[in-house]
Amino acid sequence: MVVSFFFRAEGSFLGRIEPEILSWVTIVGGFTLLLGVVSIVRVNYTAVKRKADGWGYKLATLISVFVIAIPAMLPTGWSDQFGRGDGSIYKWLFNYLDAPMMATMFAMLAFYIASAAFRAFRARNAEATLLLITAIIVMLWRVPMGEEFLLSIHPDIPGWINTYIMGGANLAVQRGIIIGAALGAAAMALRIMLGIERTYMGK
Amino acid sequence: MFQNKVTIFITLIILLLSQSLFAVDTTENSNLTITDSTTADSVIIQPVAGVENLENTADNDIPAFRSERLNALIFMLLFSVVILLYTRWARSGKELFLRKINGLDEVEEAVGRATEMGKPVLFVPGLQEIDEMETIAGISILGRVAHITARYGTPLHVPVRYPMVLAAGQEVVQQAYIEEGKADSYDVDMVRYVAGEQFAYTATINGYMMREKPATNLYMGAFFAESLLLAETGNAAGSIQIAGTAQPAQLPFFIAACDYTLMGEELYAASAYLSREPLLLGGLKGQDWIKLLLIILIITGIILASFNSAEWYLNLFESV
Repeated sequence: MVVSFFFRAEGSFLGRIEPEILSWVTIVGGFTLLLGVVSIVRVNYTAVKRKADGWGYKLATLISVFVIAIPAMLPTGWSDQFGRGDGSIYKWLFNYLDAPMMATMFAMLAFYIASAAFRAFRARNAEATLLLITAIIVMLWRVPMGEEFLLSIHPDIPGWINTYIMGGANLAVQRGIIIGAALGAAAMALRIMLGIERTYMGK
Repeated sequence: MFQNKVTIFITLIILLLSQSLFAVDTTENSNLTITDSTTADSVIIQPVAGVENLENTADNDIPAFRSERLNALIFMLLFSVVILLYTRWARSGKELFLRKINGLDEVEEAVGRATEMGKPVLFVPGLQEIDEMETIAGISILGRVAHITARYGTPLHVPVRYPMVLAAGQEVVQQAYIEEGKADSYDVDMVRYVAGEQFAYTATINGYMMREKPATNLYMGAFFAESLLLAETGNAAGSIQIAGTAQPAQLPFFIAACDYTLMGEELYAASAYLSREPLLLGGLKGQDWIKLLLIILIITGIILASFNSAEWYLNLFESV
């Protein structure tokens, strides 16, 4: 696939390798899905059978797996409610149970941010104090009422925050991390391709 | 062994260059003939330059090699050569200096804490598939952690989001338990598939943390919006937490809520750091030299841009 990156798919065998291998990945991935189903059923079935702590929840998980999967797999020719199209059981369960539950989990993030910010911004030392001051300035800039307050002090303050804190220090550090991480990933990929690193296989 | 790898590498490069020199002509006759059956006249249509999607006229003028990506190829070759040279150098037994990474030094201590408390270790290998380098790095660290849990007899719990990660994780953990002579202690359900959806996966892990109160939580891999949900819940459960990710947007959350955080490249260096194998450490050293080269290139760019003459320099790094 690395070699394929440097060739066009049209008129070159090497250029066509990448889409071909990606198709294989999809096919293999489809088969491995069965592994996931086997794992989830085995773990939860064993817990229900042994009446382990919280076995009722495990039973609910097992029932959910089959209730959502079976109607989605049945042919739409049998009933309009099978398959994954509009009006199907799968779609209804997804829209009215799955999606709201995921949205609820995501919405909880706001409270977690508040508690994490409270801990991170405590002025314990010079660095934490600097972080606290920077955070207050950026928060003021992001909140409309705070921005009005900053504008009342000096009309250029929001622009300075944008240029020097977000576009300067923040962006520079992020890019440094990204460059370092990209090099690390490339070096690890090379070590894996050459068989130098086999720790991901337990060697 | 090393020579074989270099030979394979050189063969690949030769193959690559040979393809670039000989573009494949897929059309024997690029002219298209249309015959009118009523008049028996025929018209020969010449291919029009720039129109690529006409049948029988495509591709033969377009070189197979993407010359616009030549700069990427050169950088890749340079990078590979430096890594290979340092790997070879490390094999000769030279002492290599490696800076201290607190988060990795604390891994064994954190697992030891779990052992003393008689509580499990939770390892989360991130939310991406096995084809992502961050996940592979996470799985590598899982292998090291599994060695320690096997040695101490500490329960290990690894929830995963993708079946392919499940297969890889089970393999790595089983291998670690066998190598430690604790094959009987290995349970296939130590690594388990829990959910394919991002927040269903997060809810499962959060529920586990609040019920079982693991003594140690390790988050190693790619994380997104769920990073803070996981780390804050672990914090509330009183666990010691070590996180590692290359996602810059999630690092502040981990830093705020975890005891130690591996940032970006530290995650990829973890397997070499923990194993202390010279071959892997050599690769890290080569990586540092490439980083130095990049710093020089960036400073050169800054100087040229300051004198308003960086256009040709920027073109060198443009790739499509």
